Amino acid sequence: MSILLDETTRVVVQGFTGDKGTFHAKEMIAYGTNVVGGVTPGKGGTTHLGRPVFHTVKEAVASTGAAASLILVPAPFCADAIMEAADASIRLVVAITDGVPAQDMMTVKRYLWRYSKERRTRLIGPNCAGLISAGKAMMGIMPGHIYARGTVGVVTRSGTLGYEAASQMKALGVGVTTSVGIGGDPINGSSFVDVLALFEEDPETEAVMMIGEIGGPQEAEAAVYVKEHMTKPVIGYVAGLTAPKGRRMGHAGAIISAFGDTAAEKAEIMRSAGLIVAPSPAELGATAARALGRKPSRQVMVQQ
Amino acid sequence: MDIHEYQAKELLSGFGVPVPKGGVAYSAEQAVYRTTEIGGSRWVVKAQIHSGARGKAGGVRLCPTDADVRQAAKDLLGKVLVTHQTGPEGLPVHRVLVEQALPIERELYVGLVLDRKHERIVVVAHPHGGMEIEEIAQREPAAILREVVEPAVGMRSFQARELAFGLGLGAQQVNEAMAAVLGAYRAFRDLDATMVEFNPLVVTEDGHVLALDVKMSFDDNAMFRRPNVAELRDYAQEDPREAEAAEHGLNYVALDGDIGCIINGAGLAMATMDMIQHSGGEPANFLDIGGGASPDRVAAAFRLVLSDRNVKAILVNVFAGINRCDWVAEGVLQAIREVRVPVPLVVRLAGTNEDEGRRILQQSGLPILTAATLSEAAERVVAARNAGAAA
Repeated sequence: MSILLDETTRVVVQGFTGDKGTFHAKEMIAYGTNVVGGVTPGKGGTTHLGRPVFHTVKEAVASTGAAASLILVPAPFCADAIMEAADASIRLVVAITDGVPAQDMMTVKRYLWRYSKERRTRLIGPNCAGLISAGKAMMGIMPGHIYARGTVGVVTRSGTLGYEAASQMKALGVGVTTSVGIGGDPINGSSFVDVLALFEEDPETEAVMMIGEIGGPQEAEAAVYVKEHMTKPVIGYVAGLTAPKGRRMGHAGAIISAFGDTAAEKAEIMRSAGLIVAPSPAELGATAARALGRKPSRQVMVQQ
Repeated sequence: MDIHEYQAKELLSGFGVPVPKGGVAYSAEQAVYRTTEIGGSRWVVKAQIHSGARGKAGGVRLCPTDADVRQAAKDLLGKVLVTHQTGPEGLPVHRVLVEQALPIERELYVGLVLDRKHERIVVVAHPHGGMEIEEIAQREPAAILREVVEPAVGMRSFQARELAFGLGLGAQQVNEAMAAVLGAYRAFRDLDATMVEFNPLVVTEDGHVLALDVKMSFDDNAMFRRPNVAELRDYAQEDPREAEAAEHGLNYVALDGDIGCIINGAGLAMATMDMIQHSGGEPANFLDIGGGASPDRVAAAFRLVLSDRNVKAILVNVFAGINRCDWVAEGVLQAIREVRVPVPLVVRLAGTNEDEGRRILQQSGLPILTAATLSEAAERVVAARNAGAAA
């Protein structure tokens, strides 16, 4: 199993016919993702990459039964695209777009709460690399070939540092169930805690790696959650030990402004909550391998 | 994005926030003219820089006569002011704010922030102004008042009223304090601010409430729809390299070390800097070349990193998803052709089209050290830096 996404999930792409939409939709299809169509207002009725194009998400859902949407529209229109998808009963929205105003995200989150828990849309991102269920399907912009199929769930704020972790793991023969990029914005859709809860329930995931960075309370909240609710080993890493206070390090959310925002403080909170903290970003893969070693994988147990 | 105090006061005044009478001046003559506009008999001349703690640094002068105003403006304009928030290099003063000076009875603190835990705008208030909020939070955390604003309905009057009474204001001042807080909220919402701070909000001896010092910051991501705010940006208050970077769509933060970094992705950039430190070096900068980096952008990144004279070696680390390694390799080669790179260069490319990217670098015949992994890249660049320093 995997979380959130597999090869059967019907995916539409909002911003399908743009340069980025085209490039990444092709990659997603090549990886095995069940892309059933796309949405570009004004281009409904045409065909792109052999898939139908629709004016609206509602039309796309009615015609294809899509349950998930990947958003690659420009930042000024991203909040609207997310809300349109939610209103069209899309269950999983992955927003790749970088540069969404923070107050737009406040509005989006308020809008998603309109729905009861049973039919609420799950949002991943924005400003993320998306998610991939290794060997099955991807909704995102990651290079699929660096992920080996396996038993470690990955949740990361940074896209490229998630790639780094996946390739280190692959080099050591450690694979991934699903890797989820939650994005680098101060207000985002799903939090570390939301994704950790899914990995805890997933029978195939045997260990989880969470990769955080400076700024915001999410890593500390996740550490408390791990301590109180998780039975699986969790590997942690927080990027930004060398980051100065009060300076925004690329991501809108990566800024040390409050107590507990630094990488050292977060790593310490993780350690005291029982997470296995990787000693350096070059040892993400090795730390995951060691964590799996502590808890023998199912395959090993079968061989015994 | 930050703006000057006088700009924030002008904006907030438009939202009904009571502020002292005053105006900006670019010269001593203008400053004196402002006193005739403002009236009264005592004025304050305040250096306009993007930093707090100006008073302690001598950037705020109380002036009993217009001759004093002239002298204060003359002293401050053209100077570099160093406060404990600016760092030792300080910030240049090109404008001063001249304001009426009023006798003050009480100082309060009110701040509005985009709170990441609540994912809402939160108003924070405290009955003692003048200190920094971090200091207040440490000294008297129990006395901090908080109101969380529900985004669907906005800030309600009762919330502002609770805050005003909570600050111990008298009935006649409550209405003015409410106007200040509700006006600040509307400005925050309508202008895409990330922070509005009154520190202090004062009660004058004649019983009026005024925002004596204000600070505003804005969401860079929203400036596309706030041209009136975006035009208030003052590049003179920014590191010129960071401003240059922004023009090329790059994210650059200058640091104290000597190993230049060119990396894609904020998280990988921070991790690479951590790894350089782990390997015994110190990063000279944070630089995220972002997604879809073209050869032009990579060349601009090289020029930027090399403009820092301390840089003794450069590490390029690109893990390409939305980028492609062959583009990055082309960019590196183009940069080396355009810009002389007089320091050792280590390049690590991984991800989409990585073989193609490495092949382009290796076939170029240029003195580029390559690395396959993050640890190898960090070790090589630190070794190259040390070899250069020894030679």
